[in-house]
This record gives sequence, structure tokens and C-alpha cells, in this order.
Amino acid sequence: MSSADWPLWEVFVRSRRGLSHTHAGSLHAPDAAMALRNARDLYTRRSEGVSVWVVPSAEITASSPDEKDSYFEPAADKPYRHPTFYEIPEGVRHL
Amino acid sequence: MTTMAPDAGTQDDAAYEARFNAAVAAEERIEPRDWMPDAYRASLVRQIAQHAHSEIIGMQPEANWITRAPSLRRKAILMAKVQDEAGHGLYLYSAAETLGTSRDELLDRLHAGRQKYSSIFNYPTLTWADVGAIGWLVDGAAITNQVPLCRCSYGPYARAMVRICKEESFHQRQGYELLLALSKGTEAQHAMAQDAVNRWWWPSLMMFGPPDDESAHSAQSMAWRIKRHSNDELRQRFVDICVPQAESLGLTLPDPDLTWDEERGHYAFGPIDWDEFREVLRGNGPCNEQRINQRRTAHEEGAWVREAATAYAAKQAERSRHGYRAPQDQQQGDTQEEDIA
Amino acid sequence: MNPAPASAALALGDDALVLSHRLGEWAGHAPVLEEELALANIALDLLGQARVLLSLVGDEDELAYLREERAFRNLQLVEQPRGDFAHTIARQLYFSSYQRLLYEELAQGDTAIAELASKAVKEVDYHRDHAEHWTLRLGDGTAESHQRMQQALDALWRYTGEAFEPIEGLAVDWATLRARWTDRITTVLRQATLTLPNGPQSGAWAAGGGRQGVHTEPFGRMLAEMQHLHRSHPGATW
Repeated sequence: MSSADWPLWEVFVRSRRGLSHTHAGSLHAPDAAMALRNARDLYTRRSEGVSVWVVPSAEITASSPDEKDSYFEPAADKPYRHPTFYEIPEGVRHL
Repeated sequence: MTTMAPDAGTQDDAAYEARFNAAVAAEERIEPRDWMPDAYRASLVRQIAQHAHSEIIGMQPEANWITRAPSLRRKAILMAKVQDEAGHGLYLYSAAETLGTSRDELLDRLHAGRQKYSSIFNYPTLTWADVGAIGWLVDGAAITNQVPLCRCSYGPYARAMVRICKEESFHQRQGYELLLALSKGTEAQHAMAQDAVNRWWWPSLMMFGPPDDESAHSAQSMAWRIKRHSNDELRQRFVDICVPQAESLGLTLPDPDLTWDEERGHYAFGPIDWDEFREVLRGNGPCNEQRINQRRTAHEEGAWVREAATAYAAKQAERSRHGYRAPQDQQQGDTQEEDIA
Repeated sequence: MNPAPASAALALGDDALVLSHRLGEWAGHAPVLEEELALANIALDLLGQARVLLSLVGDEDELAYLREERAFRNLQLVEQPRGDFAHTIARQLYFSSYQRLLYEELAQGDTAIAELASKAVKEVDYHRDHAEHWTLRLGDGTAESHQRMQQALDALWRYTGEAFEPIEGLAVDWATLRARWTDRITTVLRQATLTLPNGPQSGAWAAGGGRQGVHTEPFGRMLAEMQHLHRSHPGATW
């Protein structure tokens, strides 16, 4: 048995209240409780965070780069989803 | 995250390679699940692993002085710095793992002598001033090397380097400040500082690797945008930076040929002893054996601790399947959140 | 704010200074990289506490580097060699549990020590959490880890009684502190499938005397290493 049995965890850090958690990196830990503590020790030692999430890397389902086009390109030709698409007469406010 | 190769056969490798090359040329970042040439992957694993190994072996020469630091302020700084190096090792092993090689495999290769680390750490730290010389010269050379890596074509490596460079700037400054205190201190302190600079100057210049015409991996790494500048370019940049810094320190650099070359707009410097470099690389430096032995011993002596934690985790998982959880771990699921402040 | 009693600042400051030094010896030797970070964080917290506490008494470096062994007021517990990881965790468990309870009480006061204690109690809370989590894993891990952890707990037990001898200048109910400490340790050890050691904690066969400047053999060697460079250059600044 070796530390290879310590699974990999992805770490997400909230840098300050009001912001979302952002991916910071990964680390190894035997279980969730230790992963959380290791994350605190590694990723917040310069006051980078007020809250941490840890998620087993193996539990993440990701989109495949091969499907990039079918996943993400169709959104590119729908400009009517953005407010700048619409023309509003000058002087109309609060819109 | 598990890295999966895209289905082979859906498109032939040539098309993938063309797309990869175009992305690299367009300064797009390559991410873990993207297709990449095997040689690119292998080259990155080699470089990132070597870099990670250098961080953790690099802890040793400085940790050598933690228990003897001459003031409590210096002791705190040194402990924090050595800790950062462990942290940097972790960031880098994480980056390497996105390429499908586990940290354990990489450590095994280091312990078996199949992967290298920076030769500089095979020199001993003989006096307290060596801690300063490492910060100023060794970290200085490392930063010169690393800043361009923040724009490396491989995303996870580039991101790790951004974090590392940000943290590393304190390392270099503390080294410079330490040497300055010695240089302006008593005669004995000044001599200690000069002696350390004399010993670390040439090995620092060797950190940039062999001259461009002898560098085995350079051309391909440049084409892949892993590397941005040649070894000699970076070495020259470092020398140009150091000369005025040494003057401000009141210390000299041990090279009688060091002169300003008006024509080139750079400092000219004397010949580097590449025989020494090759000998140290081959394992014949003053501390090669000592460094790798300590690393191996720490790993072996830690095995029972790592096994204990694994066994405990397995027991807890078993217990929770049977509806029992130790009181302490009751609120802890797979995904956890905890407020630190 | 009232001035801090020097005897107390020295006792607590020396505890933190010496334990920080012993933890610093782990740098480059930890069982796994993640633990390098954890142990260094704890060592840095303790060193920070030591610097504040010693500065209440005088010049921190003069106190750390120029006192003779007999002038140090730390517990014998903290000066013991680091031993294997189980010894380090056993000491962390004993000491951080003590320090956590003590600082919680001291934080209520109105001296400079109270100010330090109210900040440090949060740090120490994390140290205790770290020690307890590892105690569970080593105790309830493998047969080897269980045996090593029990051995370490037993070996260090005789240094624990001293912690509850009154420190001059601190208004603390030491008997209650001791009872709360024993409760906590008993609970954690039971959960970790370990046995509370039953040897003497103090008295003729146990250790003690650190608070009076009587130390154990390894401490002299530790100080020799810690102080030699500073003492080799009298009057120098670093």
C-alpha cells in the first residue's frame, strides 16, 4: 500500500465573502476531513480565502474537448440573448 | 481529474496535430483533456516533474539552517520560505498529474534516480550566509527562468507558475536583505557573505542549463511554446541584473572577466566550468547522495503514517455504509465547506 | 491594560518557542508533502506567539539566544526530541489541548497576555484539531500505527502533570483546567481506540521542574544548536 491510495481532490476557494468559489488546484488526502485541512494549509496561507470546498477529482464529470463545437458554438449565433442586441430610443431610462 | 484520450480513429492524428499546432501558434492554452502529441506530453511531464523535484529537494539545504537561524525574525522567515517550497512542489506535482502521471510514480522515479532535480541543490549550505546567497542568486536565477513559464502553452503548468512566481518574489528579497545585513555588519559577517557569494555565483549561472548549441531539448520546447527564451539569453539577462545588485550589496562577484560590453549592451563574463556541471549532474556533486537519501528516508519512514490514514478512511467508509459514523466526522460528506474566518 | 506578569509571559513564551523549534526539525522529513505544510503552519503560529510573549519581558533575541538552560521556563514536554510522527502527534495532542483550554481562560483577563491569548486561541484551536484528527487516524488506522501511537502517548504521559502546576501571576483554576484537559484527552483516545496512559503524571517518578528551570538532557543539546551562531558573533545584528 502506498500514498497512491490517497485520492486526488480538487480545491475551490472563496477569496472573500460575496464571491464564488474558484478552482485553486488539487492535492492528495486520505479522506474529506483531511482534504479540507490540507486545502486550508496549502491554498490559504497568505489569506487567500474565507471558505474552502474540496471535491474528489474522480467525481467530476467534464465535457469533452471533442464536443467543444457542438456544445459551445451554437450559443455564439444567438445575439438576441444579450441586452446590446436591442435598440431603445434615446431618453428612455431605467431599461 | 481523469484524463482521457479522445477516441482514436474518429479523426486521424494528423488532423489533431494540425489543430494542436494551430492552437499553440495562436497562443491558445492547451488544457488537460485536449489532444496533444505524445512527445509534448512526455516532455512536459519530464520538465514539470524535474521542477517539482527541485522544489522539494531544494527544501533541504535551507532547512539545514532553520534550527540555527540567528534571530527569531530570520527563523520565521526561513521556516515560511521552506514551507513555500513544499507548497510549490505540491502545485507542480498537481500540474504533472493532469497529464496522467501520479505523484507517487514521479516520486518513485526521483527516489530511483531516474528523474533529475536542479543540480544546484547538490551544493552544501556551509554558513548562514548561504541562506542569503540561495535567496538572492538561486531564487533569482529560478525567477528569471520561471517568469516566461507563466506564459507556457500548457495551461495547468502556466497557472502553477503564476502562483509560484507571485510567492517567490519574497524569497529573493529576503535573501538580498539577509546578505545586506551581513555585508554591512561586522567584519566576520561581511567575510561570511562574500564567501557565500563566491561559492554560489558559478553554480547559479549553470542553473540556466548548457549553452544553446548543446542543449538537447531546447529547440522543440521553444517550438511548443513551453520555453520562450534560450538558456544563454536567460543567463545573460540574469548576469545583467546581478552586477548592479552586487554593487549595492557591497560584495563582489568572483569573475575577473566580468566587464561591461558597450557594443552588445550587456555584461561579458568568463567561461563557465561545464565539466563541473556535468560531474554534478552525473551524481558526483558534494551532496547528491545525501539529498536523495534524506528524501528516500523521509518517504520510507512516512509509509506507515500514510497507510494508517488510508486504513482509517476505509474503515470510516465501511462504517458509514453500515449507518455508523464516528461522532467527529458526522457532518462531513464528500463535498465539504468550512468557514475559515 | 495591566502589564503582563513577566514570569507568566516567560513560561508561556518559552513553551511556544521551544515547541516551534522542535516542529521546525520536521522540515524536509514529513511523512507526506501535505504534512510539511501543516507542521510548518503550526510551528510558525507558535513562533509568532513566542515573539509576542518574550517581547513583553524584554528583547526577544536576547531572551531566546543568550539565556542559559536553567533560565528557560518551558515545560519539559515541549523540549523532548521530536521522535517519530506518532510522538509528535502525541505531544501536539497533549500540549495543544492544554494550551487551548489555558488560552481560552487567559483571554478573559485584561493584561497584555489576554490580548495575545484571544488571538492565539484561534490558532491553537486548529492545532488541536490537527492533533485530534491524526490521533484518530493513527490510533484507529493499522496495527502498526496503533502500537506506535500508544507507545508515544505512554512515553510522554509523565511530562503532562507539570503543565498544571500554577504559573506565578496567572489567575487560573488549575484543578478545573486539569479536569477538563483529562476529559478531552480521554474522549479522543477512546474514540481512537487508544488507552489513556495510567502511569504517574507527576511526583517522585514523573518528570517536572521545567517551570523552575530544571530541564532534561536533550534540551541542552537543542539550545546549543539553536544559540551557537548568535552567540558566536556577540553584538552582531542579523
